[in-house]
Amino acid sequence: MSEINKIQDEIIEEFDLFDDWMDKYEHIIEFAKDVPQISEELKNDSNLVKGCQSKVWLAPEKKGEKLYFNADSDAVITRGIVGLLIRILSGRSPKEIAQADLYALERIGLKEHLSPNRANGLVSMVNMMKSYAQATA
Amino acid sequence: MLKTKKNTFDVDAVRAEFPVLDQKVYGKKQLIYFDSAASSQKPKSVADAVAHYYLYEHANIHRGVHFLSQQATDQYEKVRKKTRDFINAAYDEEIIFTSGTTDGINLVAATFDRAYIQPGDEVIVSGMEHHSNLVPWQMMCERSGAVLKFVPVSDSGEFVFDAYEKLLNSKTKLVAVSHVSNTLGTINPVKNIISKAHDFGAKVLIDGAQSVPHLKVDVRDLDCDFYAFSAHKMYGPTGVGVLYGKKEILNEMPPYRGGGEMIKTVTLEKSTYNGLPHKFEAGTPNIAGVIGLGAAIDFMLRDYVKGAEEHEHEVLQYCEEQLRRHFNEIKIIGEAPEKTGGVSFLLGDLHHYDVGVLLDRLGVAVRTGHHCTEPLMTRFGITGTVRASFGMYNTKDEVDVFIDGLKHAERMLS
Repeated sequence: MSEINKIQDEIIEEFDLFDDWMDKYEHIIEFAKDVPQISEELKNDSNLVKGCQSKVWLAPEKKGEKLYFNADSDAVITRGIVGLLIRILSGRSPKEIAQADLYALERIGLKEHLSPNRANGLVSMVNMMKSYAQATA
Repeated sequence: MLKTKKNTFDVDAVRAEFPVLDQKVYGKKQLIYFDSAASSQKPKSVADAVAHYYLYEHANIHRGVHFLSQQATDQYEKVRKKTRDFINAAYDEEIIFTSGTTDGINLVAATFDRAYIQPGDEVIVSGMEHHSNLVPWQMMCERSGAVLKFVPVSDSGEFVFDAYEKLLNSKTKLVAVSHVSNTLGTINPVKNIISKAHDFGAKVLIDGAQSVPHLKVDVRDLDCDFYAFSAHKMYGPTGVGVLYGKKEILNEMPPYRGGGEMIKTVTLEKSTYNGLPHKFEAGTPNIAGVIGLGAAIDFMLRDYVKGAEEHEHEVLQYCEEQLRRHFNEIKIIGEAPEKTGGVSFLLGDLHHYDVGVLLDRLGVAVRTGHHCTEPLMTRFGITGTVRASFGMYNTKDEVDVFIDGLKHAERMLS
């Protein structure tokens, strides 16, 4: 199993512990607090993934054969989900990232955060992560 | 025409007409719908009228010689009369059916300049307009060489009348202002805005999307030149709206879209155009939507709905009071003395998106973001708000649940 899917399964297991929706969000909010802050200078317009409501900044960096992502959001819930995506995708090879099937968010019931209706920048962020990966693969 | 007004409003009777409200979301949370400014829910009578039309009465209108077509035409044109009475217009042909407020404003923005605007003329809008009452004017000005001017918004969310008076001059050809702000709830002094504009010979378009659902609108009393509104915000179907325009002005304006219905004669080289209102209604219209609009007007005129305005005002005031009482960090955006429809707010430095997502999971539907008023957000130095907006079916009990939900969200996010 790929590292990406291993982490996704881990996340699904973590969220299985919660029956209640508010507990799931509680967990995401807690998780958001642990996401390393990105430096203010990286929060610039060229790294801004503009969503309709919450802003997301994404700064990719290639170290050796691996692609790393730093990202942040001005909304806590978006930031928590951004953190989950980074945990899944950051530090993998561009090829793995480009081919990744992101099933974890759907399985933990957060699929709507990736739907265009939410317009929170996450869809664009995933697309950008994948296109960086394709460009550097 | 002044009727003796007896308040016979009955919220239980109203709610019984809206089965959508009687449901639980996410398994166990009672739905509380505080997003009527985006779109109101529909009473059974509106849904029934649309269904009945499709099941038993449908045919294309105006040119058919057969029974169904004549009957559908008759119904469609009856709604035009009903709409005329509803807003007290002088003539049936002053009622143009559109696809909504946005479409009505675009109709005027696409044609008004051809009859009334010269390069260098001026158009005035306010800083609180919905993008629908801003972008079409930007486009018209770009095309016609007119200059767009802006009336500022005060800290309390009001139209700054003094500044407006200073902007008016003999070059002003059009003023476009919302009757009620969708973001702030401010009721603008449109009657005075209109009469001042008329002193300079300028025409006035009122964006009535947020007023028609809550206030009695009388276009002749206002003396506006155009008034645009949507059915779906006043308990009617989506995809249908009304543009009222004074007959003599609409007659001067060229047609908006070419096609069937809007022509008198057609040769390969040239056409002559039909008269009002058909000149502006090219193509097969949204017949079912118009029938539904008729049912929505009937609904708004029912006995148990009389006094809805006062009820909505009480719910809004109660909501603002409770927000102020329970949250030290509350910041209400829009504190005009005259408000209707809803309240926009921020809770400390919590992000509006986070608050909205958690309220949703607690069963409360609110809207978050810039509400299609980005310049207004810039004016207040914010990226968005949480907006709780009301229909006549909302209650103070629902406000209490909303306040509890907000406390819950605040605890989680702090």
